[in-house]
Amino acid sequence: MADTASTAVDDNGTEESRRDFLLLATSAVGAVGTAAAIWPFVDSMNPSADVLALASTEIDLSPIEEGQSITVMWRGKPVFVRNRTADEISKAQAEDSAAMVDPQKDGERIKEGKDNWLVLVGVCTHLGCIPLGQKATDPKGEYGGWYCPCHGSHYDTSGRIRKGPAPTNLPVPPYEFTSDTTVKIG
Amino acid sequence: MSDVQWKNPVVKWVDERLPVFSLMHHSTVGYPTPKNLNYWWNFGSLALTCLIIMIVTGIFLAMSYTPHASMAFDSVERIMRDVNYGWLLRYLHANGASMFFIVVYIHMFRNMYYGSYRAPREMLWFLGLAIYLAMMATGFLGYVLPWGQMSFWGATVITNLFSAIPLVGDDVVTWLWGGFSVDNPTLNRFFSLHYLLPFVIFALVALHLWALHVVKSNNPAGVEIKSEEDTIPFHPYYTIKDLYGIAIFMIIYLAFVFWAPNFLGHPDNYIEANPMVTPPHIVPEWYYLPFYAILRAFTADAIIYIPFGWFFITPKLAGVIAMFGAIIVLFFLPWLDTSKVLSAKYRPVFKQFFWIFVINVLILGYCGAKSPTDTLFGIKLEIVSQVATFYYFAHLMVLTPLIGWMEKTREVPNSIAAAVTKPTKTEEA
Repeated sequence: MADTASTAVDDNGTEESRRDFLLLATSAVGAVGTAAAIWPFVDSMNPSADVLALASTEIDLSPIEEGQSITVMWRGKPVFVRNRTADEISKAQAEDSAAMVDPQKDGERIKEGKDNWLVLVGVCTHLGCIPLGQKATDPKGEYGGWYCPCHGSHYDTSGRIRKGPAPTNLPVPPYEFTSDTTVKIG
Repeated sequence: MSDVQWKNPVVKWVDERLPVFSLMHHSTVGYPTPKNLNYWWNFGSLALTCLIIMIVTGIFLAMSYTPHASMAFDSVERIMRDVNYGWLLRYLHANGASMFFIVVYIHMFRNMYYGSYRAPREMLWFLGLAIYLAMMATGFLGYVLPWGQMSFWGATVITNLFSAIPLVGDDVVTWLWGGFSVDNPTLNRFFSLHYLLPFVIFALVALHLWALHVVKSNNPAGVEIKSEEDTIPFHPYYTIKDLYGIAIFMIIYLAFVFWAPNFLGHPDNYIEANPMVTPPHIVPEWYYLPFYAILRAFTADAIIYIPFGWFFITPKLAGVIAMFGAIIVLFFLPWLDTSKVLSAKYRPVFKQFFWIFVINVLILGYCGAKSPTDTLFGIKLEIVSQVATFYYFAHLMVLTPLIGWMEKTREVPNSIAAAVTKPTKTEEA
């Protein structure tokens, strides 16, 4: 290692490779340092602690009559809760094996034994509009569920995408029944 | 640059240390410009006029605006009702954005007609496209600030485009929002960026002008400057012509501002943002409509979607790719155009296809404004936008190179001077 202390440039290339190494090492440290310095700026744009600290939402189901729907707010988004009619349930189950963009059985989208309760995040999976179909007077699309007016996506009575540009079914949020008539979302 | 002898001792003293006066002289009086420029060449200086108006009105609006989800809408109403001349500043700014886009679209179509993007002006064209992209971003961010229904849902739809990115899409959208939906953090950052981007545009315009002064203006004949008899100095000849154009432009612009200030806006944006209710029909600002139509054209059953399906690309991602691709493809235009002749004036076939392309873009714009289930001449707009989207890309990627190879062009004049002094046909080769 004695010759590494030498500053002579003339010993055929070793000086050069030593400089190359120094240059590479310095650049690498510099790049890592720059990335580390940029990260706080990027991360500052992610949801902050107060935004993340979102409470879950409890819903009383008892006033929702068969065939009715309500919309509640969860994480700044609307959640659809629908008390499905027997007709709607059987239709959803009958079409389980129909050709779908995002195939899923109706049974996977509800809690067992609670066939009539359908809970969905009411945000169109295409570009985030809120589909129509919650009110009795709303258009419900060709499959009797929801219809997104923005770009024409049709959802069925299980909230599955059947026609239009949306890529996936309306998502089912994490939820549980705390009693027969109360549901906790989140 | 030191070819001018400054008489004023102060000017001389400054200029010897920082040659700003020489630079100004060099790029106006000393700047040779083709002598045959027509009125379509007014739109560059008009665009700069728009940018300056937008920056000035924007700075003063920001003094009265509050970028908070619960106060933004009311602060805009306060600007309209209580702030002295607030209504004027806001209408100048809102209509100014539309005017800026009209001017830039005409500027771009002029460029395509006369082949101004061709060598040696590729960098000039790239910088122009970069300005256009920055304008689109700025316009979108600005439209969100009044926090009306269209603001909110426009922001929701456009930011959701990024959810189409495979794997990281949803995280990117959450990052853009700073939350789980468009909300106060989103509004804050949009305001910050809306204030920043115009200055980025200003810097890009400086580069655009620099590139222009290196390669010089194209002209209706599409032949390069060959001698001094082809040119006249920019000042006073084109400064006065540009000022005349600005006067005409101001008449049209101010007619909108004073007599139809909301003509180009959407009434739903006078309803405060409500995250629980989507307006029945979301439309972006008019200047994005053709791209919006391209975005929507890709449905699972569309023929144009089929090739994307081979690569397991979802219709949503296909729409996003096509929408951005519609602008990206313009960057390749200098090489897609294979013709030896620049100006459509001497390209009889290309000239016709150029106008078909313009009409096609207008049809796309119409499709973007209407619901996909509406009709045009009895044809469902869903189908119309798919065909028009196909034609948009076919024109740029297939027809443009083919026409360039196969077209029999008319005789191009030897020089700019020859083009304006006598008709080409009688001229000898």
